[in-house]
Amino acid sequence: MIGEACSRMALDILEGLRRAVELILSGDPSVLDATLRSLYVSGAATFLASILGLPIGMMIGSREFPGRRLLRGFFNALLGIPTVGLGLILYLILSRSGPLGALRMLYTPSAMILGQALLVLPILVSFTANAVENVEREIKDLSKTLGASELQASLTVFREALPSVSLAVIAGFNRALAELGVALMLGGNIAGLTRVLTTTIAMEATRGNIELSIALTIILLSIVFVLSSAANVLKEKLEG
Amino acid sequence: MQRPTPLHMLIVILTVLLTVGVIHDFLSTPRRRLIIATTTSLYDTGILEEIKRAFEERHPIDLHFISVGTGLAIQHAKRGDADLILVHAPSMELAFLREGYGVNRKIFAYNFFVIVGPAEDPADVEGSNVTEALKKIVEAGRLNRARWVSRGDNSGTHLKEISLWTAAGFNWTALRGESWFMESGTGMGRTLLIANEREAYTLSDIGTYLKYSSEGLIELQVLVDEAEELINVYSAIAVDPRVVSNVNFEDAVTFIKFLISEDCQNLIQEYMRDVYGRSLFYPAVKLLKENTDPRAAEWIRNYAYFNGTECPPQYRYNYPELYDDR
Repeated sequence: MIGEACSRMALDILEGLRRAVELILSGDPSVLDATLRSLYVSGAATFLASILGLPIGMMIGSREFPGRRLLRGFFNALLGIPTVGLGLILYLILSRSGPLGALRMLYTPSAMILGQALLVLPILVSFTANAVENVEREIKDLSKTLGASELQASLTVFREALPSVSLAVIAGFNRALAELGVALMLGGNIAGLTRVLTTTIAMEATRGNIELSIALTIILLSIVFVLSSAANVLKEKLEG
Repeated sequence: MQRPTPLHMLIVILTVLLTVGVIHDFLSTPRRRLIIATTTSLYDTGILEEIKRAFEERHPIDLHFISVGTGLAIQHAKRGDADLILVHAPSMELAFLREGYGVNRKIFAYNFFVIVGPAEDPADVEGSNVTEALKKIVEAGRLNRARWVSRGDNSGTHLKEISLWTAAGFNWTALRGESWFMESGTGMGRTLLIANEREAYTLSDIGTYLKYSSEGLIELQVLVDEAEELINVYSAIAVDPRVVSNVNFEDAVTFIKFLISEDCQNLIQEYMRDVYGRSLFYPAVKLLKENTDPRAAEWIRNYAYFNGTECPPQYRYNYPELYDDR
């Protein structure tokens, strides 16, 4: 019984793998569309979050100021925010009868970008703060002893922390790419407009198209895998 | 000059992605946009994609479907996040009209819910009428011989289920506390999968059932079918532009007119018929107008008419041509 069930599962996954390869090779327009949109939305979200998150992380990691612990605790807590919860809050804000309803952003890619940017911001802030803090003590004093100005010393710290910071960016991008709640609540899974990989996977699974869902999951995983590996190789080169 | 770091590379990659995306967005600037909140049972069969294709060929309007349960669809409409709703819960629809949010309701399709269960049929409900069947399931359930899975998600199907329990003399709220009575809290497809795993009975719309069954995902059998109590009526309601500002009322009416047109009604009748050997949805317009099948027409009127009409005059706004009984 169990053996049979396991082999059936293995067959399902193999079938999914076959479909994934087939879908990629055939360049199925709807799959290509969802994949590109996933990359665009999550990429833009990570970009936005980096612009905001890296300086905040640097500040928290390297400076003493009132409320620093509180701010840090706040971002650490937000690391685990449920995506559906964040999506729901933003939905109420962006809804036509919500405070920002006049922007007409709901159910557009921009709304998804905004939501995912807020989702990954805590990752970027916390990881950057940690990375900076770790190199801070050793490097800063040393560079100052060697006659560097405060600004030069800060830049040195940032440069040393870069490998870890870039991993934070990758982790943020992966979280954005793989999340469902925000994309579904703010995008609405509209075909050709806000349909991304994760929302397609969820929809096809409820529709009973299990193989297709697995195929799309494999595509998503491959993207994450390639990006993470590339980042690791770069990190090693940089450190080596 | 320092070596390029991973961060530099990333910024370059992300900038490229961003640019590509923005260009893509501009190239695909939407035409007029009609947002339709729809019940999942309609969307998941794929019929709305057929309808969308046919509609967009004829009109310069893009249809954007948001697939949610009937309860949430109505919430969306009240908040102004949808211009039109496609739903199947007459009691909620009437409340929606009464509260002033909805106008110009049109019934466009119907089909039947089915009670499905394991082939062994431990409660012996096959061939019973709905009330008997539910009573038998409760009896068998209390003897630990059968299980029931309830949607429990405030969807149209769930409301139907509650009303069937009430008609059979049970209280859904009381039943949900019993150990054989499970609540999935999720969509139809997943509920069928759960019922299949746990060898339980459940109420399903015919479309989702046929799809899952024909693909071998479930082994559940249809045990009770085509009864008056099981009728399932789909209607379209536009959001009233006088109450909810900024909704796209004009295009909503254009879409309603298309739904009840002969072209679209034929499309509904034929959709997936060759695959499943029966229609997933039956067109309702001609039936109600010409009484082609008096029994089904009677059932629809009993179930989904308000004061003898699909839309009482006080809930109509402009476009009198939508109705014959002016």
